[in-house]
Amino acid sequence: MSPILFELLLRSIWETVLMTAASGLISLVFGLPLGLALISTERGGIAESLWVNRVLGAVINGFRSVPFIILLVALIPLTRLIVGTSIGTWAAIVPLSIAATPYYARIAEVSLREVDHGLIEAARAMGGNRWTIIREVLVPEALPGIVAGFTVTLVTLIGASAMAGAIGAGGLGDLAIRYGYQRFETSVMIAVVIVLIVLVCGIQWVGDRLVARLDRR
Amino acid sequence: MNQHFTATAEASGQADAPPQDVVRLVDLKRRFGATAALDGISLTVRKGEILGIIGRSGAGKSTLIRCLNGLERPDSGEVVIEGREISRLGERDLQPLRRRIGMIFQHFNLLSAKTVEDNVALPLKIEGRPKAERLARAAELLDLVGLSEKAKAYPASLSGGQKQRVGIARALAARPALLLSDEATSALDPETTRSILALLRDINRQLGLTILLITHEMEVIRSIADRVAVIDAGRIVEEGPVWSVFADPRSDVTRSLLGAIRPRLPAELSARLLPAAGAETILRVDVAGEAARGPLLSDLAAIVPGPFRLVHGGIDHVQQQPVGTLFLSVPGSDARHLAEVITFLKTRQARVEVLGHVADSV
Repeated sequence: MSPILFELLLRSIWETVLMTAASGLISLVFGLPLGLALISTERGGIAESLWVNRVLGAVINGFRSVPFIILLVALIPLTRLIVGTSIGTWAAIVPLSIAATPYYARIAEVSLREVDHGLIEAARAMGGNRWTIIREVLVPEALPGIVAGFTVTLVTLIGASAMAGAIGAGGLGDLAIRYGYQRFETSVMIAVVIVLIVLVCGIQWVGDRLVARLDRR
Repeated sequence: MNQHFTATAEASGQADAPPQDVVRLVDLKRRFGATAALDGISLTVRKGEILGIIGRSGAGKSTLIRCLNGLERPDSGEVVIEGREISRLGERDLQPLRRRIGMIFQHFNLLSAKTVEDNVALPLKIEGRPKAERLARAAELLDLVGLSEKAKAYPASLSGGQKQRVGIARALAARPALLLSDEATSALDPETTRSILALLRDINRQLGLTILLITHEMEVIRSIADRVAVIDAGRIVEEGPVWSVFADPRSDVTRSLLGAIRPRLPAELSARLLPAAGAETILRVDVAGEAARGPLLSDLAAIVPGPFRLVHGGIDHVQQQPVGTLFLSVPGSDARHLAEVITFLKTRQARVEVLGHVADSV
């Protein structure tokens, strides 16, 4: 592999890491509260409100049912509004975040729902309010699942970020298509695949270790 | 509802100043669909007492106990806690009230992500107490329940009995006026159950804490309760001091709940009982209080000449009161002798029941 290609590979790695980390963080910041809102508003939840629950569920399902490549294009006006351009790594972070947030919200919802209802009742019996229940019971008790779900989301985002090459976002997927596939640079293709495997394994390893440390059950 | 005689039991409780009611329930009703979980419950819990509520599963016990801290709302009726009607209060007004009421649970409900001391300190954190005070109080309570060395452990590493001790410490953290126990020993083995009940008894005596517990086990009532209320199909069918309910159960539900811990005629003998006369007649004799203290059997032998045999049974002690059930066998050939035996026993305040007859000697 030529030094130029190698430099290109390094840059692509950075772009992929940036896209994944930024949109992952955003999906965590918005997805977790969304997941909490989903379980709190459902029947028997701590802030039962069935119509809010239905609306939230419908919006989440709506976003989740649109294929990412279409979302990428459909969100171009919004991206331009937020980032100022619809091309490049930063521009890709907008659709990636919007796709990952509802995805992560559903994963968080599953972990949060698994918290034993008896614990919520115990917190209520102690005189705790909703915020207490969220802060002292729901989130800490579901934390292993919340972290494991975040790991899954990050790995999914690495895959999705490859598609963002379609709007000139760069990244490893873009590199693999333009050099590895279209220019028959097999070494680039192999290097990209190896880097992706290392990235995914690394994220999964860190996630698993973190879950093991957090899980006191 | 059957009211039991209360003379002797009152003496062991508070004899002077009229006891203040911590809880007063008035005609509480709650329906779930077609079934009435609570069908007009009226009940008081006096300051400093341990009131046990017993019933089969589905009798309405859980709904009842949850009405006391507003986790469940009655359809109608009053829930008065320390003089304040709470059944119409909103969630926000219930929160400070719930801090006056500790609760322990069948499955402990400890937070797995928190250490033992953080679990115990949680009610104080909810109250907004400073951290130093919380940890000091947690240490004090863990000492009380004998788990000081587990302060930094996580609940997953504890045994069931230890978990319930943590649950009790947590329930006491905010210095409640009332402790609710929701089947607190039902998930524990008999030995651990005994130690947890002894702990609750100690806490009741040391701190003067009022305890309301629900259970389906008479043994729990017998070990620690001062008074018992028997609930069935959402109604209280019987209520009174524990020893008097044990001595003289009035309802079938009570009798069946008592069945396991009261003496019963051995199965092979009861299988041989005949309704018609036989060689021997089997009597069931229930005695309690004063009647059980006297020399009942020797007096019987001295005053009513003729043979009788003790087949089964004995005298038990409930709340320091003798409560006994004796099964006597009297020859069935002499009807007058049998009548004299029964009459004598009745003059000694014993309850006598002819269970049946056996063809040949037992």
